[in-house]
Amino acid sequence: MRQQTFYDVIREQGIPRRDFLKFCALTAIAMGLGPGGDEAVAKALETKPRLPVLWLHGLECTCCSESFIRAAHPLAKDIVLSMISLDYDDTLMAAAGHQAEAILDEIVTNYKGNYILAVEGNAPLADDGMACIVGGRPFADQMIEVARHAKAVIGWGTCAAFGCVQAAKPNPTKATPISKLIRDVPVVNVPGCPPIADVMAGVLTYIITFDRLPDLDRQLRPKMFYGQRVHDKCYRRAHFDAGQFVESWDDDGARLGWCLYKLGCRGPTTYNACTTIGWNDGVSSPIRSGHGCIGCSEDGFWDRGPFYDRVVDMKQFGVESTADTIGLGAAAGLGAAMAAHAGATVVKRMLDGGKNKGNEDGEG
Amino acid sequence: MAKVKTPNGFQLDDGGRRIVVDPVTRIEGHLRIEVNVDERNVVTNAVSSGTMWRGLENILQGRDPRDAWAFVQRICGVCTGVHALASVRAVEDSLGIQIPRNANLIRNILHLTLYVHDHLVHFYHLHALDWVDVVSALHADPKATSTLAQSISPWPLASEGYFRDLQTRLRKFVESGQLGLFKNGYWGHPAYRLPPEANLMAVAHYLEALDFQKEIVKIQAVFGGKNPHPMWLVGGVPSAINMHSAGAVGAVSMERINLVREIAQRALTFTEQVYIPDLLAIASFYKDWAGIGGGLAGRNLMSYGEFPRFSGDDSNDSLMLPRGAILDGDLTRLHDVDLRDPDQIREYVPHSWYRYPDEGKGLHPWEGITEYDFQLGPRTKGDKKHIKELDEGAKYSFIKAPRWKGHAMEVGPLARFVVAYAAGRQDVKELVDSTLRTLDLPVGALFSTLGRTAARGLEGLWAARKLVTAVDDLVANIKAGDQDTANAEKWAPETWPKSSKGVGYCEAPRGALGHWVRIEDGRIANYQCVVPTTWNGSPRDGQGNIAAFEASLLDTPVVDPAQPLEVLRTIHSFDPCLACATHVIGPDGEERSTVKVM
Repeated sequence: MRQQTFYDVIREQGIPRRDFLKFCALTAIAMGLGPGGDEAVAKALETKPRLPVLWLHGLECTCCSESFIRAAHPLAKDIVLSMISLDYDDTLMAAAGHQAEAILDEIVTNYKGNYILAVEGNAPLADDGMACIVGGRPFADQMIEVARHAKAVIGWGTCAAFGCVQAAKPNPTKATPISKLIRDVPVVNVPGCPPIADVMAGVLTYIITFDRLPDLDRQLRPKMFYGQRVHDKCYRRAHFDAGQFVESWDDDGARLGWCLYKLGCRGPTTYNACTTIGWNDGVSSPIRSGHGCIGCSEDGFWDRGPFYDRVVDMKQFGVESTADTIGLGAAAGLGAAMAAHAGATVVKRMLDGGKNKGNEDGEG
Repeated sequence: MAKVKTPNGFQLDDGGRRIVVDPVTRIEGHLRIEVNVDERNVVTNAVSSGTMWRGLENILQGRDPRDAWAFVQRICGVCTGVHALASVRAVEDSLGIQIPRNANLIRNILHLTLYVHDHLVHFYHLHALDWVDVVSALHADPKATSTLAQSISPWPLASEGYFRDLQTRLRKFVESGQLGLFKNGYWGHPAYRLPPEANLMAVAHYLEALDFQKEIVKIQAVFGGKNPHPMWLVGGVPSAINMHSAGAVGAVSMERINLVREIAQRALTFTEQVYIPDLLAIASFYKDWAGIGGGLAGRNLMSYGEFPRFSGDDSNDSLMLPRGAILDGDLTRLHDVDLRDPDQIREYVPHSWYRYPDEGKGLHPWEGITEYDFQLGPRTKGDKKHIKELDEGAKYSFIKAPRWKGHAMEVGPLARFVVAYAAGRQDVKELVDSTLRTLDLPVGALFSTLGRTAARGLEGLWAARKLVTAVDDLVANIKAGDQDTANAEKWAPETWPKSSKGVGYCEAPRGALGHWVRIEDGRIANYQCVVPTTWNGSPRDGQGNIAAFEASLLDTPVVDPAQPLEVLRTIHSFDPCLACATHVIGPDGEERSTVKVM
């Protein structure tokens, strides 16, 4: 039997081709594709069978799964019914026990080299991995076995990418990022606690559409979504540049939506799309709600607290200016901030150049 | 063991065939269930084992208590926010911080939003497939499905064409051979009893609910910036209010309130017109499940109470859902519950993978100890690399065994509603009584698998109604001239006492949750949580008392031991959350020298 494509399925639902193409255009925009991107999306969805995805859970809190089902474009429903074949996911799958475990064996055998392993959470290594047991076996063993024949591995969330909260000091279970345990198969890290739903959807649809992995930075994050700081495109940025800061909770500055830097905002040191794509279908973002960014997509962010202490030296900007000196005068502050940006951009380009760990060709 | 009677009155017999369900799916986290069945395939012994541990206790040691909410929020991303709420309450209690009225109202809105969302997602996406046969929906008549849907609800998506299109999509999906999430389900199992039309309707609503749930949580995004894991604040909420002045677009403004109000109304409509009619329709085909899965429910139930009308007031005059405990099924007597009393809540570990200096004694959370001690008992089948059967005579779970005055207690929506019922709360009483009348069932039917699932749905409706009025209350308070959302008087650690301790209560969607904190010199000296699934999913205590999961499975008839659908039904009726149950945030700060690092 010919396997159904995404396009087959939605046509059978009576969705007109016009709407399908509109969807492709929106998806292309969401992924930051240039001219012709919509056609590439359309072609991929019209011709490819659904890619099996096995979604394993290690030490985690399931916030990544919850975030994934918040996806708005495309809808999580359409992703799992029409774009991928989510054959294993502890949180949502119908099967349990040995019927569930049988699925892993079947997909690994029948789709060798042609399925995606998605890992939510990570594996503890202390005490032979006994702090996370699935099906009576250490999770680390299960994950490594399933990874072996995967086309690629997606590490959902900061747990999989960097260890997250259970790996904060002193990391009692020796929770370990998946890229340190999975060898010979490309790993894509999609950090965030959780990652933004539409970023998760964007990464999956990119892989399906282009049949390649996205370009990754040194920390194996897709550049398309993690290439800029939260601060770079923050809607409160103008207040930073103008030296207008919230000094205390619920003060006049808070009610005017001024910059949260002095209350510890990690936007200047956090690479994520929260202030651009936004959360929950673009409704808000932590900064928009009045709380600073805690840097939840950054490696080791739990150990960079307290969260309400300001980032004192914005080294990542490559400049000496702090909010206080910027606050001395709007014009001078703006100049310093601009210099900061220019410097940071050049530094970043130098750092990125030729240093990406593998995956440059993007073929899984 | 063979045959024993537990001190809390349950008959156990491990003589028969052992069935293992691991992983238990459609829950949060990692849970293993083992049961023994007799020659008639009736469950005679049950073993509940939490199989993950993250050890957050050492991690919180020495950190800033104002940061604690963010750490503990990551205990669970499904009931997101409950640990953050319990945490800010614990820290505020410890430091003597009073939050503004608006902050209390907004926290109630955030928490009610979670109830509405979490109960809906549990019913459709974690529990429904225990009752709904997806494949059977292919045989439904779309016209009859339309008639059925319109007979139970005014919900507009109910035309013949709508169900026909959906069925076509489902058929193509199944025929593609790639069943995805529905792969290897127990389809065709004789315990599935819905007619094809009811199955088709339920599958349609499974998908609609999947689309709609993401709308509900936008309310949390407004006040907390994101969901899952919105932002919280010790002393109030981070979202400032600016209703009248320049810059209002940078804060909670009329536009934000309108967004919240509109979503709250839609959530109420969806709950009234989809969730509740489906719940009643499905329940009417499974009335025998009102006599299965009771366990502890008809005996010991407990609620810490939730939704304070007045900020900082957790008395039953303030709480919209009251605090209290019921013992031995006596609904005429509501016992006081005090989280501070060292003799009330205690945790035991003789059957948990932790070590106490004296395991004969339980410890109150302020004095608790959490020391990893994984070991398999002598009757274990298999080994660390592959555990085939656990030995419940020894240590067998990462969940501790909390007890209230020595009693194993069931917690959750059913417990909350029964406590409220016993306390004479009319809003709850009316919901419960009218539902029992509709289904033509006696009050005793509540204490069952079906009762738990029904109580959760009714509570979803209760919460959706309260959500709408909570938004009105917030507007009324702002209209009265109050725009305060945070109290920063004691924000600076210099203003804190040298040493303090506090308790944060919360009723999470899954049940009673408590956080206990000690603060010394501006830093966390210890932190301990006792969470709903610790109560419900706990292993045996030193006396051999069994807890809710294990008790509820006893006497359950299993049609086909190779496809233990009935076990899943009852376990899912609790909505287990294992990352919560086994987070274990302890107190002592001792290095975990027993953990061997590879």
